[in-house]
Amino acid sequence: MGEEEGLHQTQLLDTMFVRGLKRKCFDGEEDIEGTLAGFKVIPSYNLQRQSLLDMSLVKLQLCHMLVEPNLCRSVLIANTVRQIQEEMTQDGTWQMINTQSAGQTSLDRLVSTDILCRSSKEQAEGKLVPVYSTFTKDCEGTQSQDNSEIMSTVTSPQVPRNLQSNMWEMENPQENRGNFQKSLDQIFETLENKSPNTVEDLFSEVDNSYYDLDTVLTGMMSNTKMGHCDLETFPSQTSANSNSNCKSDLNELDHIVEILVES
Amino acid sequence: MKCFSRYLPYIFRPPNTILSCSCHTEADIISTVEFNHTGELLATGDKGGRVVIFQREQESKNQPHRRGEYNVYSTFQSHEPEFDYLKSLEIEEKINKIRWLPQQNAAYFLLSTNDKTVKLWKVSERDKRPEGYNLKDEDGRLRDPSMITMLRVPVLRPMDLMVEATPRRVFANAHTYHINSISVNSDYETYMSADDLRINLWNFEITNQSFNIVDIKPANMEELTEVITAAEFHPHHCNTFVYSSSKGTIRLCDMRASALCDRHSKFFEEPEDPSNRSFFSEIISSISDVKFSHSGRYIMTRDYLTVKVWDLNMENRPIETYQVHDYLRSKLCSLYENDCIFDKFECVWNGSDSVIMTGSYNNFFRMFDRNTKRDVTLEASRENSKPRAILKPRKVCVGGKRRKDEISVDSLDFSKKILHTAWHPSENIIAVAATNNLYIFQDKVN
Repeated sequence: MGEEEGLHQTQLLDTMFVRGLKRKCFDGEEDIEGTLAGFKVIPSYNLQRQSLLDMSLVKLQLCHMLVEPNLCRSVLIANTVRQIQEEMTQDGTWQMINTQSAGQTSLDRLVSTDILCRSSKEQAEGKLVPVYSTFTKDCEGTQSQDNSEIMSTVTSPQVPRNLQSNMWEMENPQENRGNFQKSLDQIFETLENKSPNTVEDLFSEVDNSYYDLDTVLTGMMSNTKMGHCDLETFPSQTSANSNSNCKSDLNELDHIVEILVES
Repeated sequence: MKCFSRYLPYIFRPPNTILSCSCHTEADIISTVEFNHTGELLATGDKGGRVVIFQREQESKNQPHRRGEYNVYSTFQSHEPEFDYLKSLEIEEKINKIRWLPQQNAAYFLLSTNDKTVKLWKVSERDKRPEGYNLKDEDGRLRDPSMITMLRVPVLRPMDLMVEATPRRVFANAHTYHINSISVNSDYETYMSADDLRINLWNFEITNQSFNIVDIKPANMEELTEVITAAEFHPHHCNTFVYSSSKGTIRLCDMRASALCDRHSKFFEEPEDPSNRSFFSEIISSISDVKFSHSGRYIMTRDYLTVKVWDLNMENRPIETYQVHDYLRSKLCSLYENDCIFDKFECVWNGSDSVIMTGSYNNFFRMFDRNTKRDVTLEASRENSKPRAILKPRKVCVGGKRRKDEISVDSLDFSKKILHTAWHPSENIIAVAATNNLYIFQDKVN
C-alpha cells in the first residue's frame, strides 16, 4: 500500500496546480455558489495566490533537499513566499491563522527559510497541534454535536483510498499551512522510502481534516472575512479528484452548510 | 539595422557525436561563448567541461566569399567532475564562464571556471620540434653514456602544426557558493571571481590566496534575501567594478575606497512601476547579466523581460529600456511553474556600443539599435537558414489574427533558449549558442 499511496499523493499534487480544472469544477456547481452567495466568493485571485504559495513551498522544499541548491533561485522563491505571506497578513487571510492558533511565532517561522528548508515532521506536527486544540475550544457548545454527526456521516462509508484523497480535498486553508507541510512530509517520506502511514493513521487524519472543515465553517458564520477566503480555497482542494467524486464532496458540503444554517 | 546573413554554414558539433539533428547529450550543451580581444579566436565552453576554440581563417584571394570563416583550432578538457568529500557533494564540470587575457606574445591565455575552480590555460602553437639531443634519443629515453662517442648540435625541424593547451594556474578553494562571473582587470595582473555572496580578487601569479572584496553573506543565513548575480571590471579604470543583484540593483564599487568594498560608490536602481506589480516583480527584475560598454561610459543589464542601458552618471533610472519578449508578461505564472523564469540570459554590446544583442526562447535572439531605436528578432536554426541566405526577421504574434510568417506565443518552444551570445570586438560577426549548436553569423557581404 505504501507505494500506491505515494504515487497517489504525487498525482494529487500535480493536479492540484491545474488551475483550469478548479474553475471548471467550481463553475459546475452553481447551487453551491448560490448557497454561499452571501459570502461574495471571488475565487480567482485568492485561489491563484494560494496555488502560487503551494507551488513555491514545494519548490523550496525540493531546493532544500539538495546539498547545494541554486542559491539565487531559492532566495527568489523564498522572497516570493514572504511577499505572499505579507499580503495575506494584510488582508487578514494569514492573520486568521495566527489569531486562531496560539502559536503565532510558529507560523511566522513557517515562512522563514529555516523551516522551509527542513522536511521535519515534528515541526509540522508541532504546528498542527495548537491549531486543533484552539479549534476544539471554539467548537465547544451547540455546534459540537453537529460536528460529530457530520464526521460520522462523512467518514464511515468510504474506502481508505478515497478517504485519503478526501483528506486532501477537504482540507481548508486554515490548516492548509500545516497540512501542506504535513503532506510534503508524506511525499518526502515516500521518496525516502520511509515507512508509510498505517490505515489507522489515515483515518485519524481524515477525522482531523473533517473536524477542521467544520470549525472553518463555524468560524465562517461568525466572521465573514475568514469565511470568504476559506470558501475560495475550498474548490482548489476538490479539483484534485474526478468530477463525480468532486460532486459528491460538494453535496456533502451542501449538507454541512444546511446543518449549519439550520443551527 | 545591420542585415545578418547566414554567411558561415557553421554548425558546431563537439567531437564524437553523430551529426544528426536533435541527437546530443547534456554534456554537449554550450554554456558560454567568448571572442578574444582581436576577434581572431572564439572560445566556447560546455556542460561537459570542454573548451573548444575556433580560429578565423585568413582571407584568401581565390575564395573571397569565404571571408574569415571560423574553424576548430583547439579542443581540450578544462574541468573534470569532482567530488567534495567534506560536503559529500558533486562538483559539476560545467564551464560557467570563459574570459580571454589580452595577447602579449605568441601564446593565448584564457580563464575558464566551473562552479568552484578557476583555471588559467595557455594555448600555444608548435610547428617545430628539436632533434638530435646528446643525452636522450628521439623518444626521450636516456641514452647509455658509454654509447655516446661524439657530441652534436641539436636542431629544430619543422613538423605539422600542433596546438597545445596547458593549464598554467589553478585557483581553487576560495568559493563556498557557485561562481557566476569572472572578469579580467584592465591592469592585466588581476582578475575577480564572483559567487552568489562574495567577490574575490586574484593576482594571476598567486593561486594560494585571494582578497575578498565584497561579502554580502548575512551572519544569519535565514536573513538572506539578496544574492550577487554577475560582476565585471570597468574596461579602463582598474579600481572600478560593478556587480548586480537578484533584487534588480547594480552597485559600482571603488577599490581605492577600502579593501573590503562593503559600501558602494554608486547604486543604480529603477523605482518600481506600481502598475506592473505582481508576485513575480522581484523575480523578473533579478539581473542575469551586467556588461560595461567598450567605452566604459554605460552599463547594460539584462533582467527576465528587458535589457536596460544605464549611464554611469545617472543612478535613479536607466537611460534606455528595451523589451526583449514582453509577450511573456502574461505567462509568468507558467514560466514560474516550469522554472523558465529563472533562466539566466546574457547580453552583449557590438564593437561600437551602438547595438545590443540578447537571447530569448524558441531559438530567437534580439538586436536593438540604440540610435535608430529599431529592433529585430532573428532565429538561429538549421532548418530556416541555408548557407549565405539572409536571416529573415521573425515576429511573435500577440493576440488577434496571426499572419502567415508569424508565430503565436503559445507555440514558442521554451526548451530552445538562447542564453549565450558573443559579438566580435570590431566587426559584425556574432556567435549564438543554441543548446548544443553554435551559429556564427556575419553581416551581408556585397
